[in-house]
Amino acid sequence: MTFFSSDISVLFEQPLFWLLLIFFACYYVGKSRALSLVNNQSRDLHSLPSYHGAYLGLWAVLPALGAWLIWVIVTPRIIENAVSSKFSDVLAALSLPQREAFLRDALALAFDGISSSTDKTRIAAGELVQQLSSQANLVLLIALTVMVVAGAVFAFSQITPAKRTRHVVERICMVALVAASGIAVLTTAGIVLSLVFESLAFFRKVPFLDFLFGLHWSPQGAFEAAGASEAELAEAAKRNGEVFGAIPLLAGTMLITAIAITVAAPIGLLAAIYLSDYASARVRGYAKPMLELLAGIPTVVYGFFAALTVAPFIRNFFDWLSIHTDEWFGFVIPASSESALAAGVVMGIMIIPFVSSLSDDVLNAVPQSLRDGSSGLGATKSETIRYVVLPAALPGIVSALILAISRAIGETMIVVMAAGLAANLTVNPLEAVTTVTVQIVTLLVGDQAFDSAKTLAAFALGLMLFCVTLALNIFALHVVNKYREQYD
Amino acid sequence: MTDTSFNTLQRTDIHTSEAARERLAKRYRKEAQFKYLGMGAVGVAVLFLSLLLFTVVLNAYKAFSYNYVNLPVTLNQSDIDPDQTGDLEVIGKANFGKIAKNSMKELLPFASGRKQRRALYGLMTSDLGIQVRQAVLDDPSLIGTTASIPVQLDDVADLYFKGDITPLRSIDVTGEVSTNGVEGTIEITSSSNDFAIIADAVSAHLKAEAARFELRVAAKERSKSRLQDQISEMGIRIDGASAGDVERLQNSLATLKSDFETASVQTERDIKKIAELNERISAAGSSEAVPSQIASFILKLNGGAVKVTSLAGDKIIGDVLIPLENGNPAAANQWSLVTLEKPEDNRKLSDRSIVWLDHLEKQGLVERKFNSVFFSAGASREPEQAGILGAIMGSIYTMVVTLLLSFPVGVGAAIYLEEFAPKNWVTKWIEVNINNLAAVPSIVFGLLGLAVFLNLFGLPRSAPLVGGMVLALMTLPTIIIASRAALRSVPPSIREAALGIGASRLQTVTHHVLPLAMPGILTGTILGMAQALGETAPLLMIGMVAFIVDIPGGPLDPATVLPVQIFMWADFPEPAFQQKTSAAILVLLAFLVIMNALAVVLRKRFERRW
Repeated sequence: MTFFSSDISVLFEQPLFWLLLIFFACYYVGKSRALSLVNNQSRDLHSLPSYHGAYLGLWAVLPALGAWLIWVIVTPRIIENAVSSKFSDVLAALSLPQREAFLRDALALAFDGISSSTDKTRIAAGELVQQLSSQANLVLLIALTVMVVAGAVFAFSQITPAKRTRHVVERICMVALVAASGIAVLTTAGIVLSLVFESLAFFRKVPFLDFLFGLHWSPQGAFEAAGASEAELAEAAKRNGEVFGAIPLLAGTMLITAIAITVAAPIGLLAAIYLSDYASARVRGYAKPMLELLAGIPTVVYGFFAALTVAPFIRNFFDWLSIHTDEWFGFVIPASSESALAAGVVMGIMIIPFVSSLSDDVLNAVPQSLRDGSSGLGATKSETIRYVVLPAALPGIVSALILAISRAIGETMIVVMAAGLAANLTVNPLEAVTTVTVQIVTLLVGDQAFDSAKTLAAFALGLMLFCVTLALNIFALHVVNKYREQYD
Repeated sequence: MTDTSFNTLQRTDIHTSEAARERLAKRYRKEAQFKYLGMGAVGVAVLFLSLLLFTVVLNAYKAFSYNYVNLPVTLNQSDIDPDQTGDLEVIGKANFGKIAKNSMKELLPFASGRKQRRALYGLMTSDLGIQVRQAVLDDPSLIGTTASIPVQLDDVADLYFKGDITPLRSIDVTGEVSTNGVEGTIEITSSSNDFAIIADAVSAHLKAEAARFELRVAAKERSKSRLQDQISEMGIRIDGASAGDVERLQNSLATLKSDFETASVQTERDIKKIAELNERISAAGSSEAVPSQIASFILKLNGGAVKVTSLAGDKIIGDVLIPLENGNPAAANQWSLVTLEKPEDNRKLSDRSIVWLDHLEKQGLVERKFNSVFFSAGASREPEQAGILGAIMGSIYTMVVTLLLSFPVGVGAAIYLEEFAPKNWVTKWIEVNINNLAAVPSIVFGLLGLAVFLNLFGLPRSAPLVGGMVLALMTLPTIIIASRAALRSVPPSIREAALGIGASRLQTVTHHVLPLAMPGILTGTILGMAQALGETAPLLMIGMVAFIVDIPGGPLDPATVLPVQIFMWADFPEPAFQQKTSAAILVLLAFLVIMNALAVVLRKRFERRW
């Protein structure tokens, strides 16, 4: 089987692999060194021998690893700059995307890739890239070797029976653990910063208020300023303000979300009530995994189901209905084949398990004593649920529904596959509408210059999506905290 | 309590009055209703699930097999390797496309003319030559023989054998037929009334046409009378109008009149058409063509096949698609009449191609095999050559990167937050952050990947490395939350015991707490990975939606993943791709089921409860 077509030998070209090898070698050397210092009487060491090994290994590898990471990030930029400055006369005549293509081709030519054209300057640029990167590789090799050797020699000289290597190693481990939890924060920061910066760039091209309150969305009519003069920029902003109005997208998103919640809320809530208060253990044993299965199905599968089965069904149903309404009442009910109804219903199906599992938790959190008290007063089960359990669980249920709404707003694949691209401003669920997520995907799939108004618009929409879902989540949390009954 | 006293009570007690009993019955009714409502909700959810799975399976199972033709190919030494070098390179350069096409021609020699030849070659995959070449390269000893080489059919032809192109129906025949030729256009007569069914179908079509025209005439008549009303109304208005308005109104009147004229002309034309159709319907026995908007009728006799093109009384006139062996009359059990119920206009395979395919099948050359191409090929625009191996490899590389990044980082973060972090505003803020990240829409992670990994760091587009990084960030909250729950469930006594015998805090965690929490952590990780495996939207943002034919060989090669492949195929119009999409979904679901089952097993077998 040639599943893994790349050779094992590729591994040996990876500095990371070598550093790993060196770490284990140093670990072994350090461990034996520590033991030999005390004639294998490990109780004479302050720290266990393995800590001495790890100490040596970390000293040898960590500085080199840091240097390598910096090199990986910095060198491509240096090479790019060198190429740009050397071929500045050629590049000056090109537009930005062409310039990027030129650099891409140079890289491709240097590393046996496929270039879009093979004219002389490109080949020359490719050769320059090749030459520079081989020089950079050499520099890296020397630097890494020096660092590894220096670190290892230093640490080796430091190993003594009394050396507190455990403290050093554990401190490094703690730093690593703190860094790991910092990644989550960095991710949030990355999301916020990238969205905000790209959106700011967008709002320089399109006035903020035009974007937020514009009634017309047709990004294919985006307009790039021909020059950088004040008047031209203002003209472009004015024209773009007319085509980047987000209201139809918001309306479409709301419409589909509303349909989804209309489907999911009653079904999910009633299913949760039935499973927690009525169903026998056997039924629960079958039905719960079914709901979990529904939750585990990838959204792209729901999208396929919506586009292949539900949308044509809805269309055909209304076509059939139209024949009769035409006959009896003289009007027809036209249904688009990409109706909001299809996408909304399928999205509703998708969030049923979400609503039901959240509601289930909330219902179970209502103390049994309340149910017992109600039963003791002679209420039937349904009366207990309707008049006692549900009011007690209401804040939790509301927050579950808000979370479900936030989930539906951010859902992408179902609407990309089943809802349309036409930004109609309508509340008719049988018409095609488009949503924020659909437009983000449409604007960003395919090659485009990165700083055009169209791509930047996707980031502005992304920021909007992020803010709305974040606000909904915080609001859900707030509802629970504020209105929760305290029973303990 | 005795019966008597109970009865007395019953009579006097207000709870047992007629009204009370009714109230109670109503309450019980409501109780039952509520219960059925809940049952219905569960039922609806389960129904949706079964409907979804049913649709997918129904579409998918056909994609797992494929029809091949064991094509007898004449591999002349002179065509392939004239110098008898035996060198594979020389052999590889031979024109196998031509050789294979010649073999097709030999197999179905009655295909004449360029158009028919093209239809003939169109029955097979466009890779015909390449597949023959591969077979010869695999076994050069075939050269100089007539080898039977399995080659794929075209996707539409394959669908025909799977029954997806048109329903076939045999018509019972009772008479003896005789022909006036074996080739070209021939006349066929039957001794009994066997062709009545064709005549019925044709006249039904004519009647339907006539009815359609009648509807149109009726609609036109309505609009004519409306126009008539408007014209007379306009006349009145002109009479009463002031001088200034007269001209404008007269113009309108002229327009209305010309509209009326047009409508009248059209109506008359339609009426004539109806009359003509009616005449044709009543004039049974005269010559009438069989239109291509209705089911096709194929006559099979004397080893040949004839397509019915027109009727002439009780005779039929037809095109010979496969020449008859002789012109002898055929008795009822020696010929057959088949109808292809989907009209030729509405399907992608012509009557001629279908007859040829039947001919190949009758010779025992068509064989349905397991569709190994589907599991061993990358993407392709041709349905028969498209497979999911490229996407599966892309998914594997992406998942490996995701696991390598998110598992250590997630577990590390969980250990820090659960075991070491001081309870202060910083750690609290980190916790809030993690919980919020879990609720961020996945597409936003894609935007992050695009802006940071691609544009800021300059990592390659479409690479599993970047996809894995984005998905790792996305699954991180899931893993952290699950790991923290698992760590929390390890009782403090374990920690105290370890600390008590002199372990450092880190040793306590790594030697005792972490191993005990591992099953829970792994369960959470597997569930997070399953979620990442099905994720599509963020990968669209970083260019993993590109059309990539090659199977990726590493995490830096451009690749696509299984869910994105499903997304791309779902957009292709060919029915064969619809089936492949469903099959790919089944493969994806299989992976997910395996992962979830693994998580369940881990939880059941190894998780300890204290």
